[in-house]
Amino acid sequence: MTNVSIKDLTLEFGSLRVLDQLNMEIAEGEFLVLLGASGCGKSTLLNCIAGLLDVTEGQIHIGGKNVTWEEPNDRGIGMVFQSYALYPQMTVEGNLSFGLKNARMPKDEIKRRVDRAAEILQIEPLMKRKPGALSGGQRQRVAIGRALVRDVDVFLFDEPLSNLDAKLRADLRVEIKRLHQRLNNTMIYVTHDQVEAMTLADRIAIMKGGVVQQLATPDEIYNRPTNRYVAGFIGSPEMNFFEGSLEGADAATFVTGGVQLPVGNYEFSTEKAANAAVSMGIRPESVVTGELSSKEPFTATVEVEIVEPMGADTLVWTKLAGVDFRFRMDGTASVAAGDKIAIGFDPSKGSMFDAKSELRL
Amino acid sequence: MPADNMTVPSGPKPKKTLSAHNIILYGVVGLVCFYYLLPLWVMVMTSLKGMPEIRVGNIFAPPLEITFEPWHKAWFTACTGLNCDGLSRGFWNSVQILVPSAIISIFIASVNGYALSNWKFKGSEIFFAILLFGAFIPYQVMIYPIVIILREIGLMGKLGGLVLVHTIFGMPILTLLFRNYFSGLPEELFKAARVDGAGFWGIYFRIMLPMSLPIFVVAMIIQITGIWNDFLFGVIYTKPDTWPMTVQLNNIVNAVQGVKEYNVNMAATLLTGLVPLVIYFVSGKLFVRGIAAGAVKG
Ligand SMILES: Nc1ncnc2c1ncn2[C@@H]1O[C@H](COP(=O)(O)OP(=O)(O)O)[C@@H](O)[C@H]1O
Ligand SMILES: [Mg+2]
Repeated sequence: MTNVSIKDLTLEFGSLRVLDQLNMEIAEGEFLVLLGASGCGKSTLLNCIAGLLDVTEGQIHIGGKNVTWEEPNDRGIGMVFQSYALYPQMTVEGNLSFGLKNARMPKDEIKRRVDRAAEILQIEPLMKRKPGALSGGQRQRVAIGRALVRDVDVFLFDEPLSNLDAKLRADLRVEIKRLHQRLNNTMIYVTHDQVEAMTLADRIAIMKGGVVQQLATPDEIYNRPTNRYVAGFIGSPEMNFFEGSLEGADAATFVTGGVQLPVGNYEFSTEKAANAAVSMGIRPESVVTGELSSKEPFTATVEVEIVEPMGADTLVWTKLAGVDFRFRMDGTASVAAGDKIAIGFDPSKGSMFDAKSELRL
Repeated sequence: MPADNMTVPSGPKPKKTLSAHNIILYGVVGLVCFYYLLPLWVMVMTSLKGMPEIRVGNIFAPPLEITFEPWHKAWFTACTGLNCDGLSRGFWNSVQILVPSAIISIFIASVNGYALSNWKFKGSEIFFAILLFGAFIPYQVMIYPIVIILREIGLMGKLGGLVLVHTIFGMPILTLLFRNYFSGLPEELFKAARVDGAGFWGIYFRIMLPMSLPIFVVAMIIQITGIWNDFLFGVIYTKPDTWPMTVQLNNIVNAVQGVKEYNVNMAATLLTGLVPLVIYFVSGKLFVRGIAAGAVKG
């Protein structure tokens, strides 16, 4: 069942069009992540859903009800902000109960809900403290608690972990996932961090310039990016791209810089067209080295230029077909600049895009 | 070993107390203090002397015989115009002008500033620009129109009229002050409060006000000193019965008939200046904090 549905949403700040005719259906209980570079309109979209911005055109439905003109507190949403936005002069308890008091809820019901949220988030010992006396991670827990006590169907998160250090971020990420499994309500989560997106999301919406580029499961986005922007945006280190063209009778070979890559087994999603200009993308993870490389459809020997050890694995920079080519090796492999390495990969498992339209072939 | 400290740099760097730098610094500070305190010293000393001693003596010398008679006279019996009940009348007039003007102007300006920074409406920028423009119009241009307005609404010569004038003239600068302060508060806080169902007044009283003590102190100091020290509006828009303290002081000090009673004049001046002085002493620390407050972190 659909829980949040966005219909032809357009938002303009003066003459600047930030969201353009955006449509999106979010199912009940789904964890949707809005992912995109900074300034692409993610927060704006979230604020529109929350009712904190008046939309220029279009509608927003939550739980089957058209809430386009409703106030934020009447929409059945809770929101968590990047800067935590805790009320500094209130205690943790005051922060949690502020919204409920505004709704004139009976005292015992407020207490019940606040206690439950405190228990779920394990912030009971902090209830009498003010936000100034909390660490970043504790503050963000309280901020999540403030959304939790509202007992709403939809949670909105605007980069909730961006202000935390790496370790805390990883911890809280897992907690948010746990929270979602426990509560099972709809969550819309904005981030520019692809690891958060990949690990948390049921589906990811990749945005660029106020337009959704691809809305799909993390697996689909990673393995079958719908255009070149998505392919380059997802995955770290970035995908390797080659510019070339499809040759041969049934367009079974991709030719770039004098190198021929066999793509006979590639699953085309459009009509094949020989001689068309194409970009081919190969993920650094899909390259095999050493003995096993000889079994791959394409093999080559390359010279190592730069080695970046990262612990679990090592990133190796080389050149292939005249352009930079990066791939991962096991962290235990011993390589040094200047070494010659045998590599192999299956070009059919890569992604091909029309060079002009940048859409997936 | 202390000897080590002198030779091998380790731990805190030893501070020289009598360096040339310090001597110059404290010397200049002392000199400036002396320069500013001298007139105050003269005033206090003169106000504690009797007239014979003043005629004889050196203005810097402390009184040989301390008398509080000039203070008593300045407060209770000095004549200003037709009334001979001293500065006490003007003091109470000034209080009656100051308290409502300060409270009303600060309240309205803070709500204005809050609305302008958080609840942007169509034309709010233009509204603000017009308000700011008001700050640059010279007072003199408006004096006569205001006389007519006050006469029309029957407030000419009344305390209420002066309260109205002070409230209006405080508006541009105070609104600017509050708007800038509220704009500096994190916007997400305001959004969170809206999601929590707080309305215009709920957010103002429960979220914004408690975070804004420093700026309210600044506004209060600006208004209290400004209104208390005002002479121009007081002399134009009130009559002898409702003269504020400053106008009365002027009439005492500039009295042409009789002998010049320097000691009474000094006492009257000190009494008039007492209110702003006390305000500065009481709130000095908060004032500095408010002025420095731009980045308030939650
Ligand atoms: N209140 C505003 N007024 C004008 N432009 C804005 C406003 N808020 C955001 N923008 C612009 O809208 C675009 C999208 O912003 P935002 O949604 O905050 O991006 P992000 O994806 O980083 O969250 C940016 O170019 C930003 O400059
Ligand atoms: Mg953002």
